[in-house]
Amino acid sequence: MSTPFESAKLHDCRDAFTGVLEELGAANNDIVAVCNDSVGSSKLGNFRDMFPERLINVGIAEQNMVGVAAGLANGGKIPFVCAASPFLTGRALEQIKADVAYSETNVKLVGISSGMAYGELGPTHHSIEDFAWVRALPNVPVVAPADRIETAAAVRWAAGHKGGCFLRLSRVGVPDVLPDGHVFRLGKADILRDGGDVTIVANGVLTHRAIVAADILKERGISARVINMASVRPIDADKILQAAKETGAILSCEEHTIFGGLGSAVAEVVVDMHPVPMKRLGVPGVFAHTASANTLLDDFGMSPEAIAESGSELLKRKE
Amino acid sequence: MKPQELATLANSIRRRDLQAVFEAGAGHIGGEMSVIDILTALYFQVMSVHPENPLDPKRDRLVLSKGHTALALYVVLSERGFIRKDEISSFLQHHSRLNGHPNCVKVPGVETNTGPLGHGLPVGVGMAKAAKLNGDSWRTFVVAGDGEMQEGSNWEAIMAASHFKLDNLTLIIDHNRLQQGARLADTNNLAPLAPKLESFGWAIEEIDGHDMELICLALSLQTVTKGKPKCVIAHTNKGQGVSFMSDNVAWHHKVPNKEQYRQAMAELTDTVQ
Repeated sequence: MSTPFESAKLHDCRDAFTGVLEELGAANNDIVAVCNDSVGSSKLGNFRDMFPERLINVGIAEQNMVGVAAGLANGGKIPFVCAASPFLTGRALEQIKADVAYSETNVKLVGISSGMAYGELGPTHHSIEDFAWVRALPNVPVVAPADRIETAAAVRWAAGHKGGCFLRLSRVGVPDVLPDGHVFRLGKADILRDGGDVTIVANGVLTHRAIVAADILKERGISARVINMASVRPIDADKILQAAKETGAILSCEEHTIFGGLGSAVAEVVVDMHPVPMKRLGVPGVFAHTASANTLLDDFGMSPEAIAESGSELLKRKE
Repeated sequence: MKPQELATLANSIRRRDLQAVFEAGAGHIGGEMSVIDILTALYFQVMSVHPENPLDPKRDRLVLSKGHTALALYVVLSERGFIRKDEISSFLQHHSRLNGHPNCVKVPGVETNTGPLGHGLPVGVGMAKAAKLNGDSWRTFVVAGDGEMQEGSNWEAIMAASHFKLDNLTLIIDHNRLQQGARLADTNNLAPLAPKLESFGWAIEEIDGHDMELICLALSLQTVTKGKPKCVIAHTNKGQGVSFMSDNVAWHHKVPNKEQYRQAMAELTDTVQ
């Protein structure tokens, strides 16, 4: 199945992001947006119309974009850098390291259309390495919200957080999975389904698929816990440890290469604290073939059915 | 300060820098000697900075994009009162906050962390833009090496500064004609720099980067062109002040032996008188 969800209930998280950004901008003159000719793809049109002076478009120049944001922060501004995630994190990684992370500047990096959201445009436009790249840096929390509710909550958190951060957003429609009024807490995961046989850890667009997978497993008599791990760094080690002890098996799924992303971050905790059987679903270290974003997730073994199947297989490895 | 006093001060800063390189057994002596006159003029004549309140929001900003010459900045900051003078002897020592490239988190007076080249000017553009947004009059100065202008990120920032009409931003290019491994002319020659920057919409001034009077004048507010960022191309010598280092590519980060140290100190002392 290519799109396992009813389209009427799907929401583009970019709308939640810009909605909150506009609201924050109205309340605080220091909020500025910095972009690389990405007004349309970041949905910054309203922000630009509301605060024309505060939309700083540097053109197609990502290194300069991040450096400029660091300078704006030095001058007391709260810049939200909005750009396609592959170019923001790939092209400007050294600026993120030196100007944001190491210099400890108050720069909010917002990677739009992350993962394989650009689908058929191909691997140059996929951002399936960004967790690994940014997670390796101190001082830049990495956050991948699961739906529009968590996106809005994470943007509010980011604006109030003293220091840099990386919000990894998608343009692929997802249904609501978190309750209204959800408050984002850095380093704290949310258990969206409780269960005792196996734990599925996911974030971003994968969280909903993980929930559907848990429902499928339930029909088969398997009780799966679903943890939404938006905060990849710092990660919620307590909930991972608890899941390892209580369910004895952990399945991770992410819209990212399996090298260095969410699954790796979970595995680091599991290996250090309480080794149990684990399986990491994601892109298996290849450049993706041509397909839409949702089809690629299916093709890489992350349809809800395939996630459920992996969970069921993992159970066999338990003692 | 008068130009002669600034020159005398710069010379004592050169001696302190040289001593620290000799004692630490490392440093970037050539580029430090070439940039010290510029930094001295900025901190003791041109910029409004406040050692007692280093993060005063209205302070002028200096970004040392050629971060490998951090020691020169440390000595200037110590002379200006941002850090203690005796701390210079900790340069590169175990756990010292004075490492080979400046750290704004640890060292008061440092504005942003540099080291990888081509980072300072984009950050400077952001600073200048912040001042414009606030309607503030504080100024931003970026000191870059000439070899560093080979970095594409600088040219991204050059375009943006001009487009944003940042006349509160001044780029000073320490044009000593040498990069780490060879002369610019033999590597990727950017000379002449002036017409390139001019064609990008910048106001340009070329000066002798070791003449204090000219440095101070070129960096003064009255020589700013309204609506245009300014680039001061400071023609300097790598290793300025020490005959055997001057304009010699071997002295990018060479450390003098005892005899060379004695001779260099003697030459720098002579210059003062």
